[in-house]
Amino acid sequence: MQWETVIGLEIHAQLATKTKIFSAASTAYGAEPNTQACAVDLGLPGVLPVLNQEAVRMAVKFGMAIEAEVADYSVFARKNYFYPDLPKGYQISQMDHPIVGIGHMDIEVDDQTKRVGVTRAHLEEDAGKSLHEDFHGLTGVDLNRAGTPLLEIVSEPDMRSAKEAVAYMRKIHELVQYLDICDGNMQEGSFRCDANVSIRPVGQEEYGTRTELKNINSFKFVEKAINIEVERQIEIIEAGGRITQETRLYDADKNETRSMRSKEEANDYRYFPDPDLLPVYISDELRAQVKADLPELPHLKRQRFIEQYKLDSETATQLSSSRQLADYFEALIKESGCGAKICSNWITVELSGALNKQNLDISQSPVSHDRLAGLLKRISDNTISGKIAKQVFELMWNSEDSADAIIDAQGLKQITDSGAIEAIIDKIIADNPGQVEQYLSGKDKVFGFFVGQTMKASQGKANPGEVNKILKEKLKR
Amino acid sequence: MHTKTITQLVKGLRAGDYSSQELTQSYLARIKQHQALNSFITVTDEQAMAAAKQADARLASGNAPLLTGIPIAHKDIFCTQGVRTSCGSKMLDNFIAPYNATVVDKFNAAGTVTLGKLNMDEFAMGSSNETSFYGAVHNPWANNTVPGGSSGGSAAAVAARLIPAATGTDTGGSIRQPAALCGITGLKPTYGRVSRYGMIAYASSLDQGGPMTQTAEDAALMLQVMAGFDTKDSTSVEREVPDYSAGLNNSLKGLKIGLPKEFFDEGLNSDMAAAIETAVNEYKKLGAEVVEVSMPNLKLAIPAYYVIAPAECSANLSRMDGVRFGHRCTEPADLNDLYIRSRGEGFGTEVKRRILVGTYALSEGYYDAYYIKAQKIRRLISDDFNKALEQVDVIMGPVSPTPAFGLGEKTSDPIEMYLADIYTIAINLAGLPAMSIPAGFINEKPVGLQIIGNYFAEAKLLNVAHQYQQVTDWHQQTPQGFE
Amino acid sequence: MSLTADDVNKIAYLARLGIDAEDTESYAKDLSGMLDLVAQMSTVNTDNVAPMAHPLDQVQRLRIDQVNEENQRKTFQAIAPQVEAGLYLVPKVIE
Repeated sequence: MQWETVIGLEIHAQLATKTKIFSAASTAYGAEPNTQACAVDLGLPGVLPVLNQEAVRMAVKFGMAIEAEVADYSVFARKNYFYPDLPKGYQISQMDHPIVGIGHMDIEVDDQTKRVGVTRAHLEEDAGKSLHEDFHGLTGVDLNRAGTPLLEIVSEPDMRSAKEAVAYMRKIHELVQYLDICDGNMQEGSFRCDANVSIRPVGQEEYGTRTELKNINSFKFVEKAINIEVERQIEIIEAGGRITQETRLYDADKNETRSMRSKEEANDYRYFPDPDLLPVYISDELRAQVKADLPELPHLKRQRFIEQYKLDSETATQLSSSRQLADYFEALIKESGCGAKICSNWITVELSGALNKQNLDISQSPVSHDRLAGLLKRISDNTISGKIAKQVFELMWNSEDSADAIIDAQGLKQITDSGAIEAIIDKIIADNPGQVEQYLSGKDKVFGFFVGQTMKASQGKANPGEVNKILKEKLKR
Repeated sequence: MHTKTITQLVKGLRAGDYSSQELTQSYLARIKQHQALNSFITVTDEQAMAAAKQADARLASGNAPLLTGIPIAHKDIFCTQGVRTSCGSKMLDNFIAPYNATVVDKFNAAGTVTLGKLNMDEFAMGSSNETSFYGAVHNPWANNTVPGGSSGGSAAAVAARLIPAATGTDTGGSIRQPAALCGITGLKPTYGRVSRYGMIAYASSLDQGGPMTQTAEDAALMLQVMAGFDTKDSTSVEREVPDYSAGLNNSLKGLKIGLPKEFFDEGLNSDMAAAIETAVNEYKKLGAEVVEVSMPNLKLAIPAYYVIAPAECSANLSRMDGVRFGHRCTEPADLNDLYIRSRGEGFGTEVKRRILVGTYALSEGYYDAYYIKAQKIRRLISDDFNKALEQVDVIMGPVSPTPAFGLGEKTSDPIEMYLADIYTIAINLAGLPAMSIPAGFINEKPVGLQIIGNYFAEAKLLNVAHQYQQVTDWHQQTPQGFE
Repeated sequence: MSLTADDVNKIAYLARLGIDAEDTESYAKDLSGMLDLVAQMSTVNTDNVAPMAHPLDQVQRLRIDQVNEENQRKTFQAIAPQVEAGLYLVPKVIE
């Protein structure tokens, strides 16, 4: 039997606010346990939540970016369950009136564009963390994370392979960072994902029973977890079994999914509107403000790069993959006055190569766009050759000096004075009569030898165009 | 001096008739003398004396706010920093609040001296103060009867003149009913008028703090301190606080009083009906007109309340889990055992009943039939009041169907106890302000008259109450043994 | 509406509420009584009525995103039943 995989994702993006969604405690990562959990985060008696406006603004921004309906009015609800990382015994979330309604996200898989539906996105508070190191057989609870704003982005079950799921997750990941609403740091848990996975015979209309894979914290694991779960489901069904609707945990070490017994107990979350919070109205003013702040979205930017700068599709995709990178590219063009071609080359080859080597982000680049522009200017005005430029770039990487300072200090200025080049060439011709003989007898390849020798003798500083021209003339005689 | 009102004490302090320290000492002595009433859970002698000393210094400087040096006490539902805040429960018997409720902060800033924390029904769930972990409070008017609830300690202490005034909270009648049963003045403000921050939640969409005093004049002074917008409470209302004392002496000529016919049906005891009629007649003499109004959905107030309040409380009390504060069972076998036993041991029977009903009403398959239905009925009841208040200035009626009942009389039948809140509960559902003022006696037990006003019409209510207290002396009567 | 002792036990578990076995019947009786009381709601038609969650038609106020809380761990944990190394301790959580 041919099986079709059906996947829907629930992505949790921690919003990059300074404070919690319902309290004024800091959301900074990595603090000592429980030092950033205030009375509201701890759920102490009598304290009350007050909604963070930045969380609302960020959710609206996301809604607009996926062309979703941003609700006029939205309601917070209590989701009731007992767990040590949930101090109040309920999570403040949204049920009937989420802040963001139906939208979509286009993904590209195997050169095909596919539209994935986004059912909704709602605001909620993150839980704390249970630390499983042993405290005399007890678990320690750190509530610093409790109350960190989350945007839960729920997709339609529109994805048909692990690859599509990953593509969708990457697109959302790219978008939330573009919008500056989430730092996207998956190691720190700022961007997490649950996957709903089911299978059905190809051609069948109704969905199979799904399982929910919890808290998958990397793109690689999403793909692996889904694939292994699909294999498991097929095996069960083909052996005549049935899939149990349940929550499963992906174990990356063993590459397997296993049932989470603790979450299996009859969950009846008893949602109801939180009486401590009032309905949130999204004013026209806020909409207008957010709209004005909305950056150019990645897919539109990519399109513009292709049209405006004549980039090929691959380069355009690469340069528009993050807002910082795209901004760097455009700033470089502006400041260097060089063409898009040379700028994109330098970013995708030299700069990206160097960044990757040190595992750095564009925002952490030691060579800023204005410094790089200084270098490109010297290439275009023939002060240095492309080859020397690479040498200068390396020196720039490890210092704070400008390209000009390095060129001066190292004496890397290109020799364009034809008299000086002629003198070098004359000497080389005189020193290598054999090669001259060969060239004159028709071995054109030897010409390269003379170029090489000339460049070597000039320590790479001779202008290659000038060298070619003079050599051709001299060797004619 | 213990029979004096706040208004009189303010004058006495400024005239130098006595110092705040003398006043405080004298009230502390009375509290000790009448410990048997069980109106206090915690008495904070030392802090009180220190605060009184400060108050005297402030008074001497001539730059003291009006209520500086006036002794008061808080219902033990208001968090008080560094002092046990038990909410009448074993669950919080060891809970020393790390912060003040906004109301407590406001009183501290106003210079009042807090003498302690007052007894109450556990988590404000009860109408007789018999559900308190710290035992029942006795009604000073008849020792074997209840003071009402849930602010029973507040009402009994003010009635017995152990303190000149107290704070209370009202979710379904918890200020008005004990005020009525103890013969004092109680005011439940409009929902949102007084901050709920630091006031341990029972039912968040119904809870409201307010003053419990001897007179309406005093209630105005207390409310002046308590009312106001609080950025820490999303449900508090950003609206100017009027001068509540300014209009107390306005004439009631032409005042339109609505009497809901549903308040005076066969359920009301005839003595009570007569007492209310007498009070209303007094208003007629003051120039008021009386019209009948109708609130057809009133009978559904108790059913709706017993869905909404338990539902909200079932979630509000989930934080009491034995992990971060409060009662924790010994040697839990596992996580669920920790929750189940800590909560099982920490909560009393009435609290458990309400948590269970609320949990049930919210559970899958029942939510629409119970919770949504109750919220719809809440709207109908609110509409009834709004319609009535378009025709009249205030609505009057009884607070409680009977005067104080006997201790233990209704504990075996919770439903019967619930039904006694018929005249007060609807007002919380609508969110309106209402008062209870002393209006006579039945068999030597106090009777309360309820006055209900439009949203944010507290000043009007106080005016209406004050004018009545100018021509009657029910509010000045002191129970035997407490004169 | 009548609840059985079994119903009570299920609800009690959902609420993580310990109830003595000998009291279950009496809770069942009281709860059934409360539900009967509540059932009176069905006597009125509410088809076109909007549910009312709050007494006042107010809008949620929004807070400026500014850190305004400092570390009070010591104070907060002074009232906690069991803490170690800044953590709240609970019986082992199994996932």
